[in-house]
Amino acid sequence: MQRKNLMLLVLGGVLGSGSLTAVLTGQTTAGEMSAHVDAVAGKRLFERHCALCHGIDGKGGRGPALNRSKLPRAPDDAALKGVIADGIPPNMPEGWYLNEEDVANLAAFVRSLSKIPSDRAVGDGKRGALIYAKSACSSCHIVNGAGVGYGPDLTGIGDRRSAAFLLKTISNPGAELPEDFLFVKVTTSSGETIEGIRANEDSFTVQIKDAGGHFHSLRKQELKELRKLRGETPMPSFEGILSAAELQDLVAFLASQRGKQ
Amino acid sequence: MRLLCAVVLSAVISAVSFGQVPFERIVDADKEPGNWLTYSRDLLGHRYSPLNEITSENVANLKVKWAYQFPSPRNEVSPIVVDGVLYVSGPNWAAALDAHTGRTLWTWNRAIPKDYRNIGFGRVSRGPAVLDDKLFVATLDCYLVALDLKSGAELWNTKVGDYKLGYSMTMAPLAIAGKIVVGVSGGEAGIRGFVDAYDAKTGKQDWRFWTIPGPGEAGHDTWAGESWKTGGGPTWVTGVYDPKLKLLYWGVGNPSPDWNGDARKGDDLYSCSFVALDSDTGKLRWHFQFTPHDTHDWDAAHTPVLFDAQIDGRDRRLIASANRNAFYYVLDRETGEFIAGQPYAKQTWTSGLDSKGRPIVLPDSVPTEKGTLIWPNANGATVWFSPSYSPQTEMFYVAVREIGSVYFKRDTEYKVGTFYAGGGEDELPPDDSWGEIRGLDAKTGATNWSFKLLSPPWAGVMSTAGGLVFSGSDEGNFYALDARTGKALWDFQTGGPIAANPISFTVDGKQCVAISADRVLYVFGL
Repeated sequence: MQRKNLMLLVLGGVLGSGSLTAVLTGQTTAGEMSAHVDAVAGKRLFERHCALCHGIDGKGGRGPALNRSKLPRAPDDAALKGVIADGIPPNMPEGWYLNEEDVANLAAFVRSLSKIPSDRAVGDGKRGALIYAKSACSSCHIVNGAGVGYGPDLTGIGDRRSAAFLLKTISNPGAELPEDFLFVKVTTSSGETIEGIRANEDSFTVQIKDAGGHFHSLRKQELKELRKLRGETPMPSFEGILSAAELQDLVAFLASQRGKQ
Repeated sequence: MRLLCAVVLSAVISAVSFGQVPFERIVDADKEPGNWLTYSRDLLGHRYSPLNEITSENVANLKVKWAYQFPSPRNEVSPIVVDGVLYVSGPNWAAALDAHTGRTLWTWNRAIPKDYRNIGFGRVSRGPAVLDDKLFVATLDCYLVALDLKSGAELWNTKVGDYKLGYSMTMAPLAIAGKIVVGVSGGEAGIRGFVDAYDAKTGKQDWRFWTIPGPGEAGHDTWAGESWKTGGGPTWVTGVYDPKLKLLYWGVGNPSPDWNGDARKGDDLYSCSFVALDSDTGKLRWHFQFTPHDTHDWDAAHTPVLFDAQIDGRDRRLIASANRNAFYYVLDRETGEFIAGQPYAKQTWTSGLDSKGRPIVLPDSVPTEKGTLIWPNANGATVWFSPSYSPQTEMFYVAVREIGSVYFKRDTEYKVGTFYAGGGEDELPPDDSWGEIRGLDAKTGATNWSFKLLSPPWAGVMSTAGGLVFSGSDEGNFYALDARTGKALWDFQTGGPIAANPISFTVDGKQCVAISADRVLYVFGL
């Protein structure tokens, strides 16, 4: 094989098909799918290729939840097939290994996910907005352009993360950090210490954003030490600081952040 | 645009001469180090430039001389340079560029059929070949095309394989005396691989060597039942040639299906092997299989390196390779005899090699339903991109990928022209993988030095008589290392991932270095 971009490449899997029949009734929500598509086969492909990021049930994880009637990048089935085949650089890999039938089956399964209830937040989003402000979240995060971009931008976080994931992260921020998130500490040749979030890195340089929002671009050859603090984050846990109800309200506020529609 | 090209052509034509390239010029490439006449510059696969204007003392002064924008992303081309003209190729296109400025002199295109599918690889071209008055391009839809060197006019095309069966070509053809040699992709589509030679003047096929022996041929019994018919063995990386022995050396890729070997019990010859072929007839002289009955997709699709050295007091003609399976091998290139081998990267699938160079495979090192963690990953400890051999340092330089994978095995059924892999892999995350450029003792494979890269690389290596090693990173760095120590001496951020081989040539007597980085071809000079 010449080159693979995918985390997992499996065709011809023999997973049990499960009982999808009820869920898949009326699977062609956009009314474009061929009568020959096989969403059960699509489910097998989804579990092998897509579940790693979108969740085994399509409710989201590293990638966005797909159990929605409207997918911003795939307003119709042609667009959905295009996304499956071509990916969305740089995060979603292309599906070069899928033939047209596979793509159609996968698209049918993804459309069927809209029949699955979404993982809804149970709190009150309006109260959550007040808690977001009171807890000084905006001193590290940006929502719709407001705040400081030390931590990840939370605009549209409701599209990217499930309510369960958000609750886990607020309670235990280090439990499952974003794939490209890295907290680093460096010591320069002059003895200066800089710590912050890695904005970028290549084999010769590293770019760091500190808590004040300042960027530092450094050549590795000129550093005494570059420590990569895997699994660590400057974000504190809010468990014990906020009540259980407040945590759910904050989750509801974040889950409502859908970005520009 | 045509008008613009015509205007540019007329403006520079007086300064550009389209040279003829008889085979003797390629054999004697060292006599004209300012050109780059074949994929690896010489027929021996060295990717070594005798130019020495750029050295460890002045390499820090390298600057961009010009840049050329490709029409598509992720270009993997290794250009050909003839007398002030660069020839580049991409997916079903080629162009001639003025080496002084990077401006286009002519372009050629061939439509990619709408039902063409690239199964297991990207839509790329790794370079053209030149012989006499023609440029040769291998296309995705599996045609070998001859173009007029001066105008880009198509002179002939020959169908090499049927893309509807999964055959394709991404490699740079190899020009030898009167012949153009090509190999095919399709190891994930259940093809039956081959190496072909075509008459350079007419495009007529001279010979074909099937990489999977048919009934009655030696090696056929290494395949169970009918599995040989869809057994893979692609030949998708450019080989090398010894003009004195008149032997071609070519790497053969994985058996199909990749990760499930149940239906093809046996060694599966000549998958994952080097084959030595008589260049007049295509007959097999010898073979050496690196990974018998492969179930990890460890193609031997590498450009071999030919060099001569004394082994135990005897002068030997050698062939060397850092294989995808993480072992470095040295063989006798007249006989295929195993001489030396050792790991050059992390591997967890063997306890070593036996006295014949056959791997001693550990139990629990094959793909399973639940998954098996093994180093290296399916892309291997190195891949298609070229290594380099420097006669100055007698070192073999290789870009190394330190990454493992969880390998899965699945049932699979062959369907014509579709993905036929029988499993897959789950790569370890970026935090647990990295890259290195290693300088190995060419005779033994012992590591003399290593230079660490952030990510597993996709770029080849070029060494020079200036005592330098050039390569690129997946994060876009193009850089130069000291060939004797591995010390970093210069780097430039190109802005795009580098998945190509560097070359070096001269313009008006001044040394240049070129690399393709995603959408841009950069040319550097002092």
